Amino acid sequence: MGDILGLVVKRLGLGLIILLVISVIIFFMVELLPGDIAQAVLGQGATPENLAALRKEMGLDQPALVRYLHWLAGAVTLDFGNSIVTGASVAETIGERFANTLFLAAYAAAIAVPISIVLGVLVALLRNSIFDRVANVATLTSISSPEFFLGYILILYLAVKTGMFPAIASLSNDMSFGDLLYRTFLPALTLVLVVTAHMMRMTRAAIINLLASPYIEMARLKGAPPWKVIVKHALPNAWAPIINVVALNLAYLITGVVLVEVVFVYPGIGQALVDAVSKRDFPVVQACCLIFAATFILLNLAADVGSILTNPRLRHPK
Amino acid sequence: MKKKTDQVLLDRLAQAARTGDISRRSFMHYAAAAGVTASAATGLWGTSAAANPSRGGTFRWGVHDGNTSDTHDPGTYVTRQMIFLAHTHRSYLTLIEPDNSLGPDLATSWEATPDAKQWTFELNPDASFHSGKPVTAQDVIDSLNHHRGDASTSAAKALLTDVTDITADGDHTVTISLARGNADLPWLMTDYHFAICPSNGDGTIDWQSGDGTGPYKIESGEFGIRWELARHDGWHGKGAYFDKVTMIVLNDPNARQTALVTGDVDCVSLIELKTLALLQRNPDISVDNIPSGGAITMPMFCDTAPFSDVRVRTALKLAMDRDEIIEKIAFGAATKGNDFHLSPVQPYWPSDIPQREYDPDQAKSLLKDAGQEGLTVNLSVAESVYTGAVDMCVLYAEQAKAAGINIKVVREPSDGYYSDVWLKKPFSAVSWGSRPTPDVMFTLAYKDDAAWNESRWQNERFNELLLQAKSELDQTLRAEMYREMCLLMRDDGGTLLPFFNNWVYARGKGVKRPEQVAASWGCDGARAASRWWFET
Repeated sequence: MGDILGLVVKRLGLGLIILLVISVIIFFMVELLPGDIAQAVLGQGATPENLAALRKEMGLDQPALVRYLHWLAGAVTLDFGNSIVTGASVAETIGERFANTLFLAAYAAAIAVPISIVLGVLVALLRNSIFDRVANVATLTSISSPEFFLGYILILYLAVKTGMFPAIASLSNDMSFGDLLYRTFLPALTLVLVVTAHMMRMTRAAIINLLASPYIEMARLKGAPPWKVIVKHALPNAWAPIINVVALNLAYLITGVVLVEVVFVYPGIGQALVDAVSKRDFPVVQACCLIFAATFILLNLAADVGSILTNPRLRHPK
Repeated sequence: MKKKTDQVLLDRLAQAARTGDISRRSFMHYAAAAGVTASAATGLWGTSAAANPSRGGTFRWGVHDGNTSDTHDPGTYVTRQMIFLAHTHRSYLTLIEPDNSLGPDLATSWEATPDAKQWTFELNPDASFHSGKPVTAQDVIDSLNHHRGDASTSAAKALLTDVTDITADGDHTVTISLARGNADLPWLMTDYHFAICPSNGDGTIDWQSGDGTGPYKIESGEFGIRWELARHDGWHGKGAYFDKVTMIVLNDPNARQTALVTGDVDCVSLIELKTLALLQRNPDISVDNIPSGGAITMPMFCDTAPFSDVRVRTALKLAMDRDEIIEKIAFGAATKGNDFHLSPVQPYWPSDIPQREYDPDQAKSLLKDAGQEGLTVNLSVAESVYTGAVDMCVLYAEQAKAAGINIKVVREPSDGYYSDVWLKKPFSAVSWGSRPTPDVMFTLAYKDDAAWNESRWQNERFNELLLQAKSELDQTLRAEMYREMCLLMRDDGGTLLPFFNNWVYARGKGVKRPEQVAASWGCDGARAASRWWFET
């Protein structure tokens, strides 16, 4: 286990370096956005005098490098500064939004991960049957459609025509947990449809790949039933690729859901990021991007550790 | 009223009037057709119409254009959502009445010295903040000073540059002194930035807390997401029939319309014109299509060839078929422009100026006179200017071909359009919000030295009239001056004005509104929360 700890520490260190590089890229990319923040804040109605006053107030008259170093020093201590548009603390502004996004991602993952793995095992077991074909066609169709389109289809059939679920996932503070699950069901279902195919097909491919191995043949020869061959013998060796694809999809559920948020008016972090970009609110944009980058790095780390733990050969390298 | 069919018609009319489905004007019209005399019909309307709005209910209002980075600072109000919120939880000195005239809000009366250089406003002594504190002259002074001075970051600073001093005379009288006479000052006070906030006592205002003097007080909320408001019992105005108001930010047009159709909200502040016809067919939904003072303009630089020749400018104005553009691009939700920047719902609109029609032949001959046959110009536009703005320009380019004009439509990025393209490219498309009076609009974008003189137009007579009209208190003389200015803009100006866009919003089942609604903003001058009610 000592090796694993060493690996985690090493990977975390690498992750931090990657984050630093990303922070530089984010900061200077944001600088490249056309237009001017003071103009964006004051709108079309601003005069040059207003603009100059606001720019000074926001510290925009200082050079970019000075502002970057200042920001980085704060970010290291998890202080992302204040929004230059509203003056409120960035952590406060996006904290609740990020919690909402995590909730939706967890909700979707709780449905999608078991479904895709079970489906993946089943279609591997019944490969080339009608069931396999139908499951593949259905999931590939849903992954091939843009998520906003899936969202609209779900709204049309489950909200407008049948009225089973609310069309907008508008949250308020006094909602019970059941109410919350009900109101956010459609966005979660959209996300489930988007990520299921990827995980299911990876599970199927990994298992089918293993089914050609000699040890599976051995298991069959000793008379194990087909489901047992797959669950007990093939699946343990297939975990590594499955965990990787699950981690990738979890990261997507957190960072790639802005369209779903817009369609269902869900107050998540993607929407906050889009708002911040349109307003040139650098600290918020940078904080959101850093959170996204950190999410990817952490989930990848978790996937690596997970695949090592489930695979004795990787756990004890010769 | 002799035949039975007439009686049936009248019953149906009375029913329609009760439920608010027809306007008073249509009611009188149909009643007259059914053989009722005007005075009898007036009486009938009075007894039939839903004259007594009922109180109660929670008004769920789906509002567009909200942003996480909004703030309560009235100086930086910019999104529509904040404008709607401001008119719901705050008050102004004056307001735009449903018939688009000027009416009292926090100020009960106002008067000017004969040179219009000093205005005195009497405040309503019953007005109070949500905290319970009465509204005093000091609150008003500090709230207005928030938009003045070098340190102010207010977007409305320009409107108050002529103000030299604001003083109190007792607790309920405020006097505003101006460097130059301005007959429109009470109108300016309706600007959405001039919301009255509580004074901190040191010359600044407390805008951060969200306290106000409006019909509803904020109970909870988050910028760019939603607001919960409850009736302010001490409100000084009439109305506020709903017990509670929930404002939900719905930026996505599809989400907005779906929410209305499924009954998740009672009203949406903007509907997409493409689906206007479909939505109108839904019997549970009432669509309001109200002319506004907001306009699409296409300024041409009057100091840059070929636009420096007035014949070229007029030819370009003649080469546009506005009816087709309104029908195809605005889906009928627009009011035809006449190349002067004053709409029929605004004060001093001259009704007798002939409409400029599509006339490619005359455009062609004007270009021939100017030696510009086969003229080629670039027209800059971005999709964010107006939904369908690029299509509008492409359609215009097609129409102009009949006049031998070759317009190249340049599609610019939406991001940064107003800092990189507008005022920099010689011919572009621009969208303007409504301004309360012609003086404000003309001073902002047509005066010779205005920073935003988007067409770089210099007309001596126009600028002379603009200054004269500003301090003229005689309404007849003033209207005559604005008429002449409109003519100058139309015939000499550098701005092609295709249309004034309408406010298009929709109400769900059971939401009633008065027959007349203000046109200063969408949703009854942004005051739907205090002027509308639920049918019981």
